[in-house]
Formats: sequence, C-alpha cells, structure tokens
Amino acid sequence: MNSNDTILITYREALKQAVREALHKDEKVFLMGEDVGRYGGAFAVSKGLLQEFGPERIMDVPLSENGFVGAGIGAALGGMRPIVEIMTVNFSLLAMDQLVNNAATLLHMSGGQLNVPVVIRMSCGTGRQLAAQHSHSWEPLFAHIPGLIVLSAGTHEDARHMLPMALQSADPVIIFEYTAMLNMEKDMPGNTSDFNINKAMVRKPGKDISIITYGAGVYKALDAAAALATMGVEAEVVDLRILRPLDKDTAFESVRKTHRALLVEEAWATVNISAEISACIMENVFYELDLPVQRLGGVEVPMPYAKHLEDASLPQKEDIVERVKKMLQHD
Amino acid sequence: MIEFNMPSLGADMEAGTLREWLVKPGDKVKRGDIIAIVETQKGLIDIEVFDEGVVNQLLIREDEKVPVGTVMALIANGEKGTGKTLQRLGKETETGKPVEEWQPVIAPHLVKASPLAKRIAAEKNIDLQTVKGTGEGGAITKEDVEKAAAQKAVMNEIKPPATESIRMAVAAAMSKSNREIPHYYLQQKIDMRKALAWLVEANKLRGVKQRLLPVVLLIKAVAKALTAVPELNGYWENGFRHKDEINIGFAISLRSGGVMIPAIHNADKKTLDELMTALNYIIPRARAMKLKSSELSTSTITITSLGEANAELVYGVIYPPQVALVGFGSIIEQPWAEQGMLDVRPVITATLAADHRATDGATGSRLLMYINNYLQKPELL
Amino acid sequence: MSLDCRKEIFQHLNNNVKMSNIIEIKPVHTIDQVHGMQLLYQMMRIRRFEEKSAEMYTKTRIRGFLHLYIGEEAVAVGVMQALVADDNILSTYREHGHALARGIDAPVIMAEMYGKMQGCCRGRGGSMHLFDAGKKFYGGNAIVAGHLPIAVGMALASKKQNKQNITCCFFGDGAVAEGAFHESMNLAALWSVPLLMVCENNLYAMGTAIRYSHAVQELEKKGAAYGIGSVAVNGMDVLEVERAAREAVERIHTTGRPFFLVCNTYRFRAHSMFDAELYRDKSEVEEWKKKDPIQALQKQLLNEQLVTDEDVQRLSHEIEQEVQAAVDFAEAGTWEPVEELSRFVYSDQRKPA
Repeated sequence: MNSNDTILITYREALKQAVREALHKDEKVFLMGEDVGRYGGAFAVSKGLLQEFGPERIMDVPLSENGFVGAGIGAALGGMRPIVEIMTVNFSLLAMDQLVNNAATLLHMSGGQLNVPVVIRMSCGTGRQLAAQHSHSWEPLFAHIPGLIVLSAGTHEDARHMLPMALQSADPVIIFEYTAMLNMEKDMPGNTSDFNINKAMVRKPGKDISIITYGAGVYKALDAAAALATMGVEAEVVDLRILRPLDKDTAFESVRKTHRALLVEEAWATVNISAEISACIMENVFYELDLPVQRLGGVEVPMPYAKHLEDASLPQKEDIVERVKKMLQHD
Repeated sequence: MIEFNMPSLGADMEAGTLREWLVKPGDKVKRGDIIAIVETQKGLIDIEVFDEGVVNQLLIREDEKVPVGTVMALIANGEKGTGKTLQRLGKETETGKPVEEWQPVIAPHLVKASPLAKRIAAEKNIDLQTVKGTGEGGAITKEDVEKAAAQKAVMNEIKPPATESIRMAVAAAMSKSNREIPHYYLQQKIDMRKALAWLVEANKLRGVKQRLLPVVLLIKAVAKALTAVPELNGYWENGFRHKDEINIGFAISLRSGGVMIPAIHNADKKTLDELMTALNYIIPRARAMKLKSSELSTSTITITSLGEANAELVYGVIYPPQVALVGFGSIIEQPWAEQGMLDVRPVITATLAADHRATDGATGSRLLMYINNYLQKPELL
Repeated sequence: MSLDCRKEIFQHLNNNVKMSNIIEIKPVHTIDQVHGMQLLYQMMRIRRFEEKSAEMYTKTRIRGFLHLYIGEEAVAVGVMQALVADDNILSTYREHGHALARGIDAPVIMAEMYGKMQGCCRGRGGSMHLFDAGKKFYGGNAIVAGHLPIAVGMALASKKQNKQNITCCFFGDGAVAEGAFHESMNLAALWSVPLLMVCENNLYAMGTAIRYSHAVQELEKKGAAYGIGSVAVNGMDVLEVERAAREAVERIHTTGRPFFLVCNTYRFRAHSMFDAELYRDKSEVEEWKKKDPIQALQKQLLNEQLVTDEDVQRLSHEIEQEVQAAVDFAEAGTWEPVEELSRFVYSDQRKPA
C-alpha cells in the first residue's frame, strides 16, 4: 500500500470515528452504555460525543446489563438502530440471556417475522494485569450461537469500518474490540471501497505456513511473520475477522497454498475458535495437509495478576515463531 | 364408542399407573370430568375426559401400569360420527423406507505420512512403503514424496515402466525353480557346418526379409526331437503330465534387464519359414513388453539361445512347471576331430537342464542325440 | 331484545375480536349489551380453545410444554380492551389467551401448536412462542422476565420516534422476583417511557407459592421503589380489569410515564400438562373456581337481563365450531420441508431453500 493512501490513527480514534460517523449518518442510531456520555466512555472512545449529539443519542445507562441490552433489542424491534456498548466483555454474561435467548432467536422463532438490528460493542481481551475477572477472551462463547453475527476487530481498519457495515445488517451483530490496542498507532488504508464483513482477510501472504488468527492475535501473528521472514520462512497470516458465520473458505484457500496451519488465539484452547477451524480443515482440506494442524491458545487458568504469569498464559509473538520453526523443522 | 386412553402429559411421560377409577360402567361423564387418578413419576395426576357419554367398560384394573396411549376405558356416546378418535401414538414414526445396506470401507493403515503426501503419492503412483519420511516422528511429507517422484522419473528414463515387476517375476520363478526342482545337466557339442551351409543355400532362394537365421534350425531341431522324446515335453504338477502340443518357450532377454519367454506354438508342425515369421513377430513385441498372456503361459519347454559372440555354453534354470530347458551357446569355430582327422568346424554347445523328478539322464541324453541328428540333416527340418 | 338484534350482535362477534380495538371508551360499570357479550365471548373462546388444546396434547398432537391460562382469562381480555392496534404487546409462555384476545386467528395458533407450517410462526415457535408482527404481538417469551427489558426498549423506541403507541408487557408473579423486572422498572422510570407493565399474579411461580418467593407479597408496592404508579385489581373480574387498564393507559398517555398494573388472579389448571399439583390443596383450587371470571360475567349479564341462557348456549355453540375449525385447520396443515430448516437464522436466509 502506498503511504499516500494510508492514515496514521490510533485504534481508539478509529473506533470513535466509526461511532461518530454512524450517529451523523442516521438519526435512528443512538449509543447506549455504561459511562458512554458524561464520563466520556470507560476507555475514552466516546469522549466528546455527548456534547456533540446530546443525551438522547448518547445515553448513559445504569449498571443493568441484562436490562439495557434487552432494551437495545427492544429499541431495534421498535424501529431504532441502537449501538449498545457493554463496557467490557467481562460484564456480558449478565446480558447473556438477552443475547442468546432473544437477539439470536427472535427472527427464527417468529418464522421470519421479526428482525433484531442491534449492534453490541464490547471491549475485550487481556494483557493489562486485570486478573481473572477482567481478562476474558469470550469470542468463542458468542461465536457458538446461531442467529448472532460475531465480528472481531483485530486491526485498525476493522475498528474503523466494521461498525458502519454492522449497522447495515438486519440481524444482531456483536463487535469485539480490543482494549490493549486502544493506544496503538498504525497506518490504516484510506480506501475502503472493497471493505466487507463477509470475508476473512489475508493480512500477509506467504507460502510456507498459514497462521490463522483473529482479534488480539492478528498483530502478534504479523510480528511473528516478520521475524520468520528474516529466517527465510514465508508465513501467511489469515485474520478470520468474522467469527460467525465463519468464512472458512479463506482459511481453506490458505491451507491449500501452504499445506500447513498454525491456529493462534488468546481464548482458552479447549473448545475455542481454533478448535472449530481445525475441525473444518480436517473435514474439507485434509488432503492438503502436510503436517498436523496445531494450535496456540491461552493456557487454561483463570488469568493471574502478576505480569510474568499473565504473559506466560497467552500466546506471544515469540511462541508463534518458535512453534512455526518447530513445525517446519524436519529431522 | 370412544376410547379413553392413557394420556400423554409430556414428552417425558412414557407410562402411568392407574391408581383409582372415579367412575364405573353406566356412569354418565361429561367433558372436563375427572374420571381417573394416575400415578406418574411426578405424582398423582387427575385425568379428565374430553368427551360426553356413558362409561361402557373399564379396561384397565387399578394399580395397573400401562404405556401412554393404551385404551383404558370405552365410553358410549349417543351421537353417531362424533366419536372420531385420533391415530394412536407412534404411527408417524414408522417410515416405509428400506434400510440401506451399508458396508464400511476401511483402508489399512500402513505408513505414517501426511494426508497431502498420501494424495501426491497416489497421484504419482509412488509406493509410500519405499519412501523414507523426514517429517516429525519419521512421517513422510510432501517433500519426501516429491523427492521420491523425482528419483523415479530419473529411473524411468533408463528403464521402461514395469521392468521392476519383470525382474521380480523372473526372480520369483527362478527362485522357485532352484528351490523345488532337482536339476541334472547334460551337454553336447554339435557340428554346425552342414546346417549353416544348408542355410546359406536356402537363403539364396529368399528375399532379404525372409532370410532364415540359424536359431530357427535349433528350434525346429528341438521340436522335432521332442516328438521322439515326449517325456521332456510337459509339466511337473504333482507328477509328470505330458503335453501333446509342443510349444517352445523362447527366452528373449530384454535390453533393460530381465527375460521374457513367449511361446512358439506347435513348433514341430511349423515350417522353418513359419518359425522365422513367428520369431520376427514375437521378438519385437517381447522387447516392447506387449505380449499376450496366452503367449507367456503356454510353453511346454524352454530354449535359451545366447546367440552370437557370447558365452560358449549355458546351464539353464528350468522354468516351472516345465521339466526341461535346452540351452545353446554361441557358434564358435573349434578344432573338431572326426574319423581320425582334425578339422576346424563351427560348433555349438547344446545343454539340457532337466527335472530329475520327471526324467533321468538317459532320457535327456536321447533328446540331445536327436537334436544333433536333426542338425546334421537340415534338409529334413 | 329482538331476535334480529341478537343476530346482529352475533354477526358482530363473528367479525372477530379485532373489533375490540375500535370500541370506544365508555365507563364500564354500566355495561352495554354488545360489549358485555363480547367480553364473555372472548373469555369463553379462550377457555374452550385451551380445553381443546389440552385434549390435543394428551393425544400427542401438541407437544413441548403447554401452559394453560384457564381461570385467568379476565386479565388478557380486560387489558386488551384498553389497547389499540398500534400498541405493542409482549407476553409470557402462557400466552394463548393474549394472542387470541389480540386477534390472532385461532386456526393459526392451533396450527402453530401442532408445529405446522400454517402456524403463525411456521411451526418454529410452538405454544410458548406465538408471534404476529402484523398484530404487534411480540411473543410468547419463555424465559421468565426475559421480555421485560425488550418491552422497555420498544417503549423507548416509540418515545424516540415520537410515536403515540404504548407497549404493554404481561408477566407473572414469578417474573417480579427476577432481576430483569427490577432493571426494567428502573430503566422505564428513568427514561420515562410509555410502558404498561401488567403482572398477572396467579400466586404461584410454577409450584412455588408467592409466600415462598416474595418478602413483600403485595406486588404493586414494588412500583413505589421506582416511582412508578401502580394499582392492584381483582383479576377475576374482567370489568374491573378493563376499567383499571383503561385508566392506566390514559395515565401513560397523559404523563408519558410507565404504569404498573397488578391483576390478582388464579390458574385453575396445573402449571403445565405434566404437573401433579403437589404444591396446593384441591380445596384451594375449588375455592377459586367459585370466582371463575366467565361464570361471574355470565351471571352479571343474566342478572341485568342483557343476555339469556339461549344466548350463552348459542355463544358456546359458535365457539365450539370455531375451535373445531381451528383443530381441523391444524390437522390439515403441512410440515415445513426439512430443507428449510436453516431459513430465518439470518435475514439473508429468508428465501426458501
């Protein structure tokens, strides 16, 4: 990408621009969530929006996740286009009933009569020494539910452009955003004409191995791929982006090319997205594999507070490099 | 008459025990009346009736446990045609579909190779048993198979395909022969002067393409000799079995190694010209490995002729289940003593390898004698 | 009353309950003949429909859970009188009564319970999940109190769009113990949304009596904690329910604030079909049956000579035919092809396979 076509931006600013644009574009859109207004957003994503759009469109809500997520669903049924912010994924379980039993089911249960065009944004992820109750990677939990569209914004580009696309969906969309990336500054492509929320993306092409990941794994995988390149290994990095309905074809295409796959994510390895992708690879492109599919996931412990333990419980760039080297090393 | 059935009160209710009838035959009932108490796993439940009429018959005794749907009582209703009863449980689950025959196909697991390596091996016809794996735990990878495929391609430039299997076939047959057949060997030098002289004259009458080679004389001589010594024409299969037809198996060495032994059928009955034609027909096809299976399996004896500029004599190995093999060395000029005179003659050494289970030396000796006799009178061939 | 006049009333009734939405507001203590018969007709129709449903359940034509409303008909019928076609309605899993009173056709409800494609949700919802977007009937919600936050959101949407409709949400006493109830009451009051919260207090959350689940059993008192106006009424008296509902709706329109209406009622039948009712005495049920809302209204109309026994018989006959027609419709219904199983999981899959 030519540097003229990119914009240097923080992840936080990308998110904010997306919300702001949505509010400008459609007056049925409003943002509701804990501390989104007067506080300016728990992570300052919506800072200044209350002043710009007023309290009707930037609604602070009480600490009632089940209540306000349900209200968001109701508002969507009633003709509005709500963006509901759950401050962090850690609190989303309090709203799980609304998401699983209502948002995901109403269209089907009503025989196609009702749409629930609600967008739920959640900050998530690990890496800030917040310990066991505030370091969750629960993308797999939500990706399990038919009826939900589950997106993971693992890049600045997606932080900026996923929300407008999600607001065009007639169905409930959950967007996972990554707190640890908020201050990260990156070049983001300026041209978005071919942007979509249907396909996974090859973030870096390569021929020797496919590193398939999403969310917080994307930049780690890209860093690992850069390190591997200096060793003569050309790794391809696939960002799944859409965790439901999964775009498996892009992953298959990559495996057809490289014949090797390492699946990376921060979520606990047991029953995670990688487990699903692995099974799909076996079912569909088994005869393309030259090595067993391997996974790097979170170590299965409640997240510890101490930094060195926290680091050890997550797949890091170095872990990816080491695992790839091991996979490619013949005896 | 209306059937009063054990009701289904939930998908998890399979049966109920009738604890009490609250009605008796002759009682009038109307819709909503509780007429029985049934015990279920959730406790006693009042059972109502949904029809009007008079209890005609109670079919279930108290404390009897019956499955859901069982007729418990009959209720007579005055009106006709309204006592329509619905189909009993389970009808809908019966499908007329035939049970599909199903047989699992389980391929034997033999080698540790990646799925991709297996696929490529299948496509390129590479036997994974012969490939050494360099992957994790010795697994065969794509790279290993591709290396093997490249090697094979190099080999194929030297050997035509299937050479390997011919070599293996020769090996198997010869091993069996040496293992099972007690060979005995005889040899005889034969003066070829007359035969060759006759041949020169005979070829003068023939065009270039029809010319006869000395080998046809040898073949014909053996064939005719066999008519006199039939004990050597046949198979050993739990005892000797003579064959009426004399089909000479003629060993042809392949350029790539290995031998093929196509049969010249009824060689004793063919003229020399016919034999020459047969040879001209067989040899190129043998070398191209395009022989018919009938040509490969019907020989009753084998001739191996080393041809010119080769070893002087050959001790052959019998091709099972045959019982004899005649070998001819190359024709070499040698000093030849005859009637007290020493001369130089073109000489061929004929050998016989024979199965001692079928014949003895005397029989073999007779065959060589006949061969010699015919070659001294080529005009009779 | 002349025979012709009666005929007219019946015709009127046969035009279906949709007319309930166009009835003009009148003080109901001086009940008029048409309206009285209409209320009676609707309650009888719900009851007969449900009796038939129970029968079809025991004959395995209907499966899943089946929760009957018998005994509580006055609440749905009474409240529904106060609502108009543009109002949103959300209900519980014991919602056949609400669906019928709202004007969803009996045959499509029965077909839905049969699981047939001709059902109001193509057989994907069943008894506990009846939906009709056209009638603004948003379920049929089978997670207790799960629909309360949605109702708040729908009312919020109306407010944001300056619509004049209200949202009416039915739930039971069990739901009042859920956090979702309290969150919803708080949000509704905080945001001042046009929401009518109707608690059908039938004294039992499944098999747990209210005294075992609520520290304060006068549920209407809970409105005060949120600054929401509330009232408790005799839910066995359809006229009282109607009057209270009309007043509540009026108040919501005037103040723009939510209202909490508690209807104290009783379910005559078990919680669901497979329930031995170990948790209550038969004598208690018998006591309540004496307050049967249908009997009560019938008696009042007879006393005031607004209907005759023949009228009631005739109503009964009409309803019998209507319910039988619903069963026939459901029996004749077809199954949605299995190929269409995945339709409606996402909107782009709405088209037939």
